[in-house]
Amino acid sequence: MGRYVARRLLQAVPLLFIISVILFVLMQSIGDPLATMSGRRPTRSADRERLKRQLGLDQPVLMQYVYWLVGNDWTSIDLDGDGVRETRGERKGVLRGDLGRSLKKRQPVLDLIGERLPNTLLLMGTYEMVVLVGAVALGIYSAVRQYSIFDHAVTGVSFVLYSMPIFFIALLSMYLLAVKPKQWGLPYFPTVGMFEPEAGKTVPQVIWHMVLPVLSLSLISLAGYSRYMRSSMLEVLSQDYIRTAKSKGLERRYVLFAHALKNASLPIVTLIGLDLPTLLGGAIVTERIFGWPGMGRLFFDSVSDADTPVVMAILMMVSVAVVVFQILTDVIYAWLDPRIRYE
Amino acid sequence: MERPLLLDVADLQTRFHTPEGTVYAVNGISYRLHEGETLAMVGESGCGKSVSMMSILGLIPIPPGEIVSGTARYRDRDLLRMSEEELEQVRGKEIAMIFQDPMTSLNPVLTVGKQITEMLQKHMGMKPAEAADRAVQLLEWVGIPDARRRLADYPHQFSGGMRQRVMIAMQLACTPSILIADEPTTALDVTIQAQIMDLVIRLREEVGMAMIWITHNLGVVAGLAERVMVMYAGFIVEEANVDDLFQDPRHPYTIALLAALPRVDRRRDRRLKSIPGAPPSLLVKPRGCPFAPRCEFVIARCQSEMPPLELIAPRHKIACWVDVLRGGSR
Ligand SMILES: Nc1ncnc2c1ncn2[C@@H]1O[C@H](COP(=O)(O)OP(=O)(O)O)[C@@H](O)[C@H]1O
Ligand SMILES: [Mg+2]
Repeated sequence: MGRYVARRLLQAVPLLFIISVILFVLMQSIGDPLATMSGRRPTRSADRERLKRQLGLDQPVLMQYVYWLVGNDWTSIDLDGDGVRETRGERKGVLRGDLGRSLKKRQPVLDLIGERLPNTLLLMGTYEMVVLVGAVALGIYSAVRQYSIFDHAVTGVSFVLYSMPIFFIALLSMYLLAVKPKQWGLPYFPTVGMFEPEAGKTVPQVIWHMVLPVLSLSLISLAGYSRYMRSSMLEVLSQDYIRTAKSKGLERRYVLFAHALKNASLPIVTLIGLDLPTLLGGAIVTERIFGWPGMGRLFFDSVSDADTPVVMAILMMVSVAVVVFQILTDVIYAWLDPRIRYE
Repeated sequence: MERPLLLDVADLQTRFHTPEGTVYAVNGISYRLHEGETLAMVGESGCGKSVSMMSILGLIPIPPGEIVSGTARYRDRDLLRMSEEELEQVRGKEIAMIFQDPMTSLNPVLTVGKQITEMLQKHMGMKPAEAADRAVQLLEWVGIPDARRRLADYPHQFSGGMRQRVMIAMQLACTPSILIADEPTTALDVTIQAQIMDLVIRLREEVGMAMIWITHNLGVVAGLAERVMVMYAGFIVEEANVDDLFQDPRHPYTIALLAALPRVDRRRDRRLKSIPGAPPSLLVKPRGCPFAPRCEFVIARCQSEMPPLELIAPRHKIACWVDVLRGGSR
């Protein structure tokens, strides 16, 4: 197993390299970072040229990529933008853990991400837990009670939710759980940010503020996941070995959890493995609607500003996560299903 | 020398309500099993053998299944009217069942040790360590070498025959008084089939249990069972002691089955006769005898009325309007 994981990691290196090249080339067409840099003032073309040289954007794409990848501390750059390369570069490159600086905010990208990632992990982690626990419970329950009123109700609600866009659910939940109760003088959920400024960033505050965004995100995913869990469970429950387990006089509940659940969760593991890495990127729409200071908003703002170092860093982070979670999924899969062995 | 009655099934009817229509799988079968007795149930595949057995143990999925009528008295209690909790005390402990395909009948993600010990813990109240020791004994008993080490193995690490041995060890763990063997050798190689049959016969003597052996192959029942039930389209059409059935079959279907059987004592020049026609669809409610369309003795009455299963000689029952010896109606 250890050798298998090592081999998979090694195989991932060229893959990530190719991804980074493609992304870097695509970055060239997301927009002109200089266009938004000076705010409302129209930029004089002389200033533009200088800025371009200062930021190294005058270099050929290949050169820019090399700087991004391995840094530019081995050569000299044009720091003052006068067209003469006189200063030694300071960038260390991604390979040495330097993600560069934001063009817009002039801060290291790492600091920007470090600020936002915990917020996103908190939001998305909570959301994933809610979805998992809810989907497993709902899925099992509707499989066991197949064609009951409960099952039909879950099916109906799922289809409605599943076909709703996230912004609609988010706004609806705001309306029903914040706007209306507030009008009626009832307790209501906050709709913006992570905490009230006057109350400070305390645990109860953050939990309280997380309710609506987590609810909106979960409802949609829950609909899909629980359907998936249900069909997986139904499939397993019709297998011969479940009949055998029953014929042994084991209790229903025991058969369900000790014999069926492990088999039924196998396809779900794959699904989660595909889902988890994308959570790092945050929830773009939800974070915007609820003013949640996470990665989704950082990503959205950076794309709008054509802040390529930040966009590039987020996309690469997600790519690495996809690779890592793929391997992790395989490992967990083999642990759950003894028939699978990797050499 | 009638032994005490163990299981008395009467008028069992099981149907399935499917999108294609109602499947009349078991249509009012009755039989008795005495202590220590071995009963064989023979019939083409799809004739309702498995369903008739799973019905009495509450293993039919409901819906789509429905047990329309019947009683199944086991030691004075009706299995068909037991609660789920009461049935759990019977399954595996009093009446155990081994299945056709040992490949799919064991849980692929649990070790065989776990699958045996969980039973001992549930029915015998054993502690894990005690159950593990007992599981080793059981595996050795059914002829699995290196048993203690193999407790940690998963079903896919065993060959088909070995897997069926595991299944047998598991289902006999609580020394049940009835073992239902649902075609336990059908999925195995011919040589392995004989080994498994010998094993079950040996264990039957050691445990002293009664047995119902289901098969679609009339050939294997001779050395195994005392009585035989022949099933056709959800009905029992003939029931007799095994010697009587082979020497003096009275139902046209049994006669046809025997004629299709290769026998060493038969002269070479007599060709095996296969039964013309196909088994009936169970999707139509049977009117008359279901074998009538394929029967060479058929008379008018067969088309309209299903003959009841009646005693025609001591311990010999058939469900047929015709006297096959004389021809014409009985
Ligand atoms: N779960 C089920 N749903 C619908 N039909 C079923 C189900 N189980 C069995 N049947 C039908 O009942 C009939 C008898 O099946 P079975 O008892 O398994 O036959 P066999 O004699 O080969 O054991 C078959 O026609 C089969 O299609
Ligand atoms: Mg069968």
